[in-house]
Amino acid sequence: MENRPLEYDYTVAKMFMLTTILLGIVGMSIGVFIAFELAFPGLNTVFGEGLAEYTNFSRLRPLHTDAVAYGFTISGIFATWFYVGQRVLKVSMAESKFLMFVGKLQFWLYVVGVAAAVVSLFLGYSTSKEYAEFEWPIDIAIVVIWVLWGVSIFGLIGIRREKSLYISVWYYIAAFLGVAMLYLFNNMEVPTMLATSPAGESAIGDWLHSVSMYAGTNDALVQWWFGHNAVAFLFTVPIIAMIYYFLPKESGQAIYSYKLSLLSFWGLMFVYLWAGGHHLLYSTVPDWMQTMGSIFSVILILPSWGSAINMLLTMKGEWQQVAASPLIKFMVLGSTFYMFSTLEGPIQAIKSVNAIAHFTDWIVGHVHDGVLGWVGFMIMAALYHMSPRVFKREIYSKSLMAAQFWIQTLGVVLYFTSMWIAGITQGMMWRAHDEFGNLAYSFIDTVTVLHPYYAIRGVGGLLYLVGFFMFAYNIYKTMTAGRAVEESELANKSPMGA
Amino acid sequence: MDIAEIQGYAYFFLTMFLAISLYAYIYHLYKNKKDATGVDYEEYSNMALNDDIDTTPVKSVSDEKEK
Repeated sequence: MENRPLEYDYTVAKMFMLTTILLGIVGMSIGVFIAFELAFPGLNTVFGEGLAEYTNFSRLRPLHTDAVAYGFTISGIFATWFYVGQRVLKVSMAESKFLMFVGKLQFWLYVVGVAAAVVSLFLGYSTSKEYAEFEWPIDIAIVVIWVLWGVSIFGLIGIRREKSLYISVWYYIAAFLGVAMLYLFNNMEVPTMLATSPAGESAIGDWLHSVSMYAGTNDALVQWWFGHNAVAFLFTVPIIAMIYYFLPKESGQAIYSYKLSLLSFWGLMFVYLWAGGHHLLYSTVPDWMQTMGSIFSVILILPSWGSAINMLLTMKGEWQQVAASPLIKFMVLGSTFYMFSTLEGPIQAIKSVNAIAHFTDWIVGHVHDGVLGWVGFMIMAALYHMSPRVFKREIYSKSLMAAQFWIQTLGVVLYFTSMWIAGITQGMMWRAHDEFGNLAYSFIDTVTVLHPYYAIRGVGGLLYLVGFFMFAYNIYKTMTAGRAVEESELANKSPMGA
Repeated sequence: MDIAEIQGYAYFFLTMFLAISLYAYIYHLYKNKKDATGVDYEEYSNMALNDDIDTTPVKSVSDEKEK
């Protein structure tokens, strides 16, 4: 054993690959179910009136968003970190018992944290802050898990052989620091048990229910500084880390311009943090903050497209690979969807556009072309690339992967086109009025009109979910039935069975 | 000088500072390669392309220690 050559150790990466797939199935299944609940409200009580408390839209919606963001996406981020981190720093987890222990501890605490989050949200324990619904004991657990990840990142960097940090490592560090800062400030909360009522009564609250330490407009500002930057540091930054590693690696092409990757990195870091105000246009937030949010959102196109164009140009002269490999297809379309949603977002953040778009389904469509087309595609592509290398087997089926790609692409297109139409229809109907200023429509009129689009959205989501099951099956078969591969086959292009 | 005037100057100089910093950083990225000690950032792509544990690092930590 002493004489065995040193190898990368993917134990922790494999553990997080498993939770990526499982929590992806959970989060997306709930998403599809609640999409159909919106189209067909009878589904809210489909399991009986007695269970309606647990199956209605409002109880399940945070479970959907949190399961895909903090389950599927974060697992994917952790899984790829424990793979990419070792490789670009040229150091194995097997070289440090401490880091291996920390990595495993992080995984098991994460599993406990996820279980606690799922159970508490199902039972209705919620802070009612969007994307920050977890109550304070779970928040504390998340902080511990996050600190352990930091120990892994900086521990691995500390024992590295490669002196410079590859661009992906910068992005992972930014994700770590960004989320740490946002999470701590937005989740400052006090259990209501510790509060005193205006009449002087104390101990009338609940240990498991808390209120934010900020009030009113300040709370809204902190919430959307958090909310929008959660998009930045979960759905953008670490996903760029992935594509900067996996696309060059799988295609065998050097990054088109490494300098541009550095410039875009610092640009993104500087600009993103100021854009959150666009969630609060026409609210009680000071006007200059709203304007600043709009302007920084528009400027954000530059660093975003800097990364996305850099990735597309990496394929320069090698476009036949896009036709030949479904794995490259996922990444190229992911990068394209990234360009698309980072153009759509700034457009929605312009005040006059926001006057129509705000609170409508167009926003929901925007989020989903980003997360389904960019985040989901990139994480699945990363896991496909990793599978032959961590399991030492070729990908079970290339044709299944290609079929999955087209089914999911159709799903995403149905999703965002239906939400575009629904959103703009909604926005226009809400603001329509007659010559005397009376509203032309009541709310139920919009609901009736939107029904077909809600049904189409449900179908789009269902197609994506079907594709995700195909992905899970393909990875499972790769683990168990794929042809064993030699080290020499794993240089760039991932080996795939027919 | 009232607060609005101070804000105006602060805004102007901050904008100037950021614009100059941006172009200075771009200049730095390109200039580095031409220096004798400089690095060609484009070589850093090889950190992903040649990432087997037994391949030679683009710039080794141990080289640095030996100096």
